[in-house]
Amino acid sequence: MSDETVGNQITGKPVPYRGGGFLPKSRKIVAPIVFILIIAFWEWGCRTGFISPLILPAPSEAFDAFMNLVNSGLLWQHLAASLQRLLIGWFSGTMLGIIVGTLIGLFSIARSGLQPLVSAIFPIPKIALLPLFIIWFGIGEGSKVATILFGTFFPTVIATYGGIDNVDRGLIRMGQSFGLTRMSIIRKIILPGALPAILSGARISAAIAIILLVAAEMIAAEYGIGAYILIAGSLMATDQLITGVAILSCIGLIFAWIIGKAEKYFLKWRA
Amino acid sequence: MDLSLRHITHRYDEVEVLRDINLDIEQGQIVCIIGPSGCGKSTLLRMIGGLERPASGEVLQLGEPPADCLNPLTYIFQDFALLPWRTVEGNISLVLENHPLDAAAREEIIADVLARTKLSDFRKAYPRQLSGGMKQRVAIARALSVRPAVLLMDEPLSALDSQTRELLMDDLVDLWEKENYTAAYVTHNLAEAVRLGHKIVVLSRRPGEIRDIVEIDMPLSARTTENAELEAIQKRLWNLMRDEARAADMELLDE
Repeated sequence: MSDETVGNQITGKPVPYRGGGFLPKSRKIVAPIVFILIIAFWEWGCRTGFISPLILPAPSEAFDAFMNLVNSGLLWQHLAASLQRLLIGWFSGTMLGIIVGTLIGLFSIARSGLQPLVSAIFPIPKIALLPLFIIWFGIGEGSKVATILFGTFFPTVIATYGGIDNVDRGLIRMGQSFGLTRMSIIRKIILPGALPAILSGARISAAIAIILLVAAEMIAAEYGIGAYILIAGSLMATDQLITGVAILSCIGLIFAWIIGKAEKYFLKWRA
Repeated sequence: MDLSLRHITHRYDEVEVLRDINLDIEQGQIVCIIGPSGCGKSTLLRMIGGLERPASGEVLQLGEPPADCLNPLTYIFQDFALLPWRTVEGNISLVLENHPLDAAAREEIIADVLARTKLSDFRKAYPRQLSGGMKQRVAIARALSVRPAVLLMDEPLSALDSQTRELLMDDLVDLWEKENYTAAYVTHNLAEAVRLGHKIVVLSRRPGEIRDIVEIDMPLSARTTENAELEAIQKRLWNLMRDEARAADMELLDE
């Protein structure tokens, strides 16, 4: 640089900023606002006739149907029946899934024998097997729980062995180098390492369980949210149908919230 | 307890990685193993500790480890290998839980090794809260807790920045001054090797063979950074390695 330019005042131009972005954050108040706006628009549309009541009942009508359900005391019977099926089916499906997934994750024989089987059965819609389940497990609770169990079992298996496959081999080698027993390595290194994957599998299988609940309650269910929705559907009682669907959505949200809490607690080391 | 490597040869499928390695690791000695990348030095270290089986040859334990030793051959890994879901003390307790120690004895060992590695204030911290140097200190504390007969160190300082590396190197030297541990130390850093090694083994590129063994008699405490004798040795090692390193650099990696 010559002396001349140093002496002169050079007007600098700031370097334009071009970083940042691509980091979506979730802002807490936005979601309720969107929710309220949609409901308000929907209600407004129904009241003004912009949305025909034949096409979609107003939210207030659905709410009336909900209050009827509460006042008649039927809500609790429906909820109790559905939650029982959901919890038993989801819990046993998840537990069996974790066990089988762990076997596939650890043993060559289980891997070569069961992995193709799991891949073959996983994509079958369990709803299609419902008639078989009825023959095998009876028309009562058995077939309903079995549908949910089978539906949640396979994604859990895949999440579990995927999680185990992704455990850092260096940590396992460390365990071996300190002379840890095989059982200790599984219990203290492999399973905790696979836990994040298992929990995100649980998130997916909880949603699948709710989807299958409606299918399972299609046949010979007196009580249950799914049964309530199906009866409402066949009577074209769309206000009741919306109510039932909203209840399912709430159950899903509560499940997701509980799993979120479990993730916070068990995975606090990740932060 | 001494270790003796006899005619170690190893190959992965058809590729020969180590050829006829003969080496003695004597008690109280630090043996540094250096060589260009991909020469099989880490593989060799895994064989010394029984984590990998050589295709032929054997690693012999000469004499019995001390009676209070819980895990005679103990590793310190380059990537620390700490369980992220356990705190500092949990990571140390992990390697003690398999031994018949009561809670008080275990607690005593943990407190002792944390004090020796100056980690007592960080007992309850999780690995993610610690710097790289601190993590490696935890790994060293964990290794000391099982009272090893031989420490097997696989590039323990390579994942650290150069300042931290200096600090930890000083710690390793101090520790040796106090406890005279036996160690096999794999590194590609010549300065580390001449600072810490009583014996420096130079491996050739693949298939790794022993090109030379350099013994340094100077006590570790006398090995300061500007030391003409050490620099001469380092230069000699570099001359031994330069062509190998260049050739190794040009090789295709297909492992």
